[in-house]
Amino acid sequence: MGSWIPLILLVVVVLWAISAFNGLVSLKNQTVNAFKQIDVQLKRRHDLIPNLVNSVKGAMDFEKSTLEAVVQARNQAVQVNAAGPDAVKQISQAENALSGALSKLMVVVERYPDLKATGNVGQLQEELTSTENRISFARQLYNDTATQYNTKQQQFPASLMAGLAHAAPAQLWEIDDQADRAVPQVDLSMKPKA
Amino acid sequence: MSGEAAPNLFQQQDANRRRTTLLVVCFVLFFAWLGFGGDYIYYLATLHNLPYEPHHTFPWFGIVLTFVGTWIAWYGYSTGPEKVLWSTGAHEITIPANDQEKQLVNVVEEMAIAAGIPRPRIWVVDDPAPNAFATGTDPQHAHIAVTQGLLDLMSRDELQGVVAHELGHIKNFDVRLMTTLAALVGVVLLIRDGTGRFFWGGRGGGRSRDRGGNLGVLVVVLLVIWILSWILAPIITQMLAMAVSRKREYLADAMSAQFTRNPAALASALTKIEDSDAPATHLKAGAAHLCICDPLDRKLNDHPGTLGDVMASHPPIEMRIIRLKGMGYAQAKAEGHLPPEAPTA
Repeated sequence: MGSWIPLILLVVVVLWAISAFNGLVSLKNQTVNAFKQIDVQLKRRHDLIPNLVNSVKGAMDFEKSTLEAVVQARNQAVQVNAAGPDAVKQISQAENALSGALSKLMVVVERYPDLKATGNVGQLQEELTSTENRISFARQLYNDTATQYNTKQQQFPASLMAGLAHAAPAQLWEIDDQADRAVPQVDLSMKPKA
Repeated sequence: MSGEAAPNLFQQQDANRRRTTLLVVCFVLFFAWLGFGGDYIYYLATLHNLPYEPHHTFPWFGIVLTFVGTWIAWYGYSTGPEKVLWSTGAHEITIPANDQEKQLVNVVEEMAIAAGIPRPRIWVVDDPAPNAFATGTDPQHAHIAVTQGLLDLMSRDELQGVVAHELGHIKNFDVRLMTTLAALVGVVLLIRDGTGRFFWGGRGGGRSRDRGGNLGVLVVVLLVIWILSWILAPIITQMLAMAVSRKREYLADAMSAQFTRNPAALASALTKIEDSDAPATHLKAGAAHLCICDPLDRKLNDHPGTLGDVMASHPPIEMRIIRLKGMGYAQAKAEGHLPPEAPTA
């Protein structure tokens, strides 16, 4: 009878190890997937900007420097093709710069009601608001998932399995300063009049 | 916050899958009871008939009704979402026709990203009363519907809060349980209307044969229980529908706050929904427990208390607003500033 006890213990430990391993792998994949989501949304923003710039260019000769800053920041962000441990940091720096430039542009657009009324600037503004929101929500999902992943692999006893599951702490997507935090609130008075 | 939310989410999803199965099983068992119970009563009643008189020996009713019940449950489960949408007269947005719809599509896509689920299909109900509901079987096959009144009344942030609440229902599989329930409640209500006529109109001319002594009493008792279950079924299923949805609303509110990080916007949306006095024209009783706020404007929902707790399909809206404001305050405190960008519309 007594010889059964070690065997049962062994089975319990093995079952636990399998479930801890699978839990870590699943969280790892979720983290990777959440990061891809950010990429998708950033790409969307990069594609949107040329349209936006074209539609306000004619009316904004007097604000050339603001527009140029946006175009430049966009081109820099597109060129970042980082990999490795610092990837998140490099991408987020370039994208934060772009966010800053865009928010300045939107503030400027706000100052010219004529501009908002003409053409499809209003629609583009909604698109831009949405894109900024998508990026920040994708970032939020990534940070939440990555935090969960990091916590899981550091907590005892799951930490024992971390090496076997090749789990390494995922980098969080930081927001640099207070100005960047304010980006999604560029202009939310986009309620269309029906 | 998210560290704790994940295990709860899986528990919640599992619980909802389990409860849906249980609901369907109970539904079928109930039909079996109605059928085989009737057979047994008929069998006892004809047991002492003379040899040349009819004897009920084969359980035809039971087999047929169990079959019918199974078929209804399967049909309700698999076509529930489209039936619910059809009953509200919703139309799907595939290509946004105007700025308003474009904004709705954008908001739903944003919140689907925040929730980490595929974008549900989007529907609009031509109802002036502000309301919204979600339906479907799982996040891969889900629908979200909002009323025209909601689109007209809400700011972008408030719309976001409401949409996030509905995506919360989708993510934790509330929609599966609630849609199946809606379909089955609908069927039971339909049967009640049909059988009421059958029972109260079709009787008469019954010959009373009291040959079995005690047996007669047993038959009568069984018959009473049997008829009672026909009558009580609709009431019980409706109370079930109400009970099932109340706790879920708080949870979906909390998930909305987690997705948008802006509980104040949902609180303000709920205030607007409550203050609106446009009557619901398209959202009927069958889908009431799916909606973000009770479209029937029952006074019971407004009064916390025993009766309100048993019969209301939604928690009192003031309680939900208070909880959301509490979350907003806690968030502002954690970030080290008081709520500056809370929409004060």
